[in-house]
Amino acid sequence: MKIVVCLKQTLDPEIAPKDFKIDAANRKLVQGNAKQVLDSYAENALELALQLRDKHGGTVTALTVDDKPADKILGRALALTADKAVRVWDAAWADLDAHALAHVIARAIEKEGGADLVLFGRQSADAERGLVGSMVAEELGFACITVAATVEVADAKARVQREVSGGFTVVEVDLPAAVTVTSHATNTPRLPKVKDTMMAMRKPIPVLAAGDLDVDADRTAPRVQLRDLLIPTSEGDCELIAGDEPRDQAGSLVTRLRERKVL
Amino acid sequence: MTNILTLAGAQEGTVTKASLEALGAARIIQAAQGGQIHAVLIGANTGDAAAELIAHGADTVWVADDPALAEYQPDPYLAAAQAAARQADAGVVLTVGDDTGRDLAPRLAHRLAAGSVTEVIDIKVDGPEIQWVRPVYGGKAHAVYVALSERQVHALRPKMFAAPAREQGRQGEVNKLGLSLDPATAAARCVEKLQEAVSGVRLEDARVIVAGGRGIGGPEGFADLQRLADVLGAAVGASRVATDAGWVPATQQVGQTGKMVAPDLYIAVGISGASQHLAGVTAAKTVVAINRDVEAPIFKRADLGIVADWKAVFPHLIDKCKEIGGQA
Repeated sequence: MKIVVCLKQTLDPEIAPKDFKIDAANRKLVQGNAKQVLDSYAENALELALQLRDKHGGTVTALTVDDKPADKILGRALALTADKAVRVWDAAWADLDAHALAHVIARAIEKEGGADLVLFGRQSADAERGLVGSMVAEELGFACITVAATVEVADAKARVQREVSGGFTVVEVDLPAAVTVTSHATNTPRLPKVKDTMMAMRKPIPVLAAGDLDVDADRTAPRVQLRDLLIPTSEGDCELIAGDEPRDQAGSLVTRLRERKVL
Repeated sequence: MTNILTLAGAQEGTVTKASLEALGAARIIQAAQGGQIHAVLIGANTGDAAAELIAHGADTVWVADDPALAEYQPDPYLAAAQAAARQADAGVVLTVGDDTGRDLAPRLAHRLAAGSVTEVIDIKVDGPEIQWVRPVYGGKAHAVYVALSERQVHALRPKMFAAPAREQGRQGEVNKLGLSLDPATAAARCVEKLQEAVSGVRLEDARVIVAGGRGIGGPEGFADLQRLADVLGAAVGASRVATDAGWVPATQQVGQTGKMVAPDLYIAVGISGASQHLAGVTAAKTVVAINRDVEAPIFKRADLGIVADWKAVFPHLIDKCKEIGGQA
């Protein structure tokens, strides 16, 4: 089975709000000292990809589209025994929105020989769109399942538990398919072994550009434009309950909540 | 002037809340720009739901009613939405980003070559331009987008847009969407539903939620939270720290990566208030924070706060709530 897992590096979401800064004039994030990390849902997708490969054989290719070097996250994928890692970028792509990204990713997957299963994180911690995976499915003409907790493969079909409000929906899907993955007890990321990390360091990470792919330049034009990026002012003023005695504080709180008619 | 299409569903003949929220958002645009509001009603035994959509502001309803569509099936639902978008000549398609809308919107956007924004929390209309506001970076920032494409498909964050008032006797058109939609032939088939085991009140439905985080310290502390919840008829929630530590099941996680809740009262106990967590409580009406650290970001979101060790306050809080009869 050929599996492609699409990874993304994001600003560390654990960064404290006071350290989070934006350049409003240029509608950009200020990186500052914040780390770039492998997005956590992409980590779950990678873990699932490796488990499926280990069980059914085949290969896992880790792919990312990024203007920055992504050796850290792709190197980690290799250290976790992904068979291949590829970064895709072209200097002509200034501002890829979700549609443009999906177009580029789909063409890169084709360039890599296609796939039976393409896995994504359900959404990234930075843009939080949840768009790209489904759009890649459409680009490739693949079946599409979003927010999958588990995926089992048998006989060119997958059985997917899709997380929904109040439980799961079991979806049967014919391969090839694109699946976006959510965190679940079964896809907690593994840790790399020292031996595999050493091996991974010797593996090259090729960079594919527009010229290597069958990219339609018109399709890399964005369909949405970021007009403004701002830090919202914190809502409301918190009324701190006075007093040092827990009993009085509890009493005052209940009184205030009754005044607000929420108790 | 552009037509707007909203996605709608019904359960046992009753229009879902999400359907009305989408109509509420559509009316914001219609009020500024005119145009017709169409709704596509997809489901089984939709009954009077089409008339209800008209009473709540739809001018035309396209109905795809079939026993096979009783539960969400990605491919037929997508086909119905796509057909309705064509019939309505919709420039803007709106859905609420719940389990169904979140799944449909990106694929529909792709099929309509439409620009797309998800998790929309606010809409601003400036002349011919519609601006879509959404949180990014776990709510640390807000992004304002405009579409550059001729058509747009957007998903609204649940519970952010008010349903339009019901107008008795409002007139509109109801049309059948002539489609044969057989889920059995689709590449992806929803075959079964597995219920999550829930004891007590579901978080999404709860009017009051008592939630705990790192400061709770372990599963024993959550037993105390449950005691208060029992008195108030509340549900117990948790931050990602608490669920990752295994103190409570992952199903109780509130936040960007857990459940989005909209209670009247959210009592955050020992929760620092990371933006990831706060993203799950944007729609909470009143937030109470109990935390030892006055610098904790939760106090920026909270309406009422107690700066104290929660363990000292809690027994009294439970007693006081019992005194008032506990009916939340």
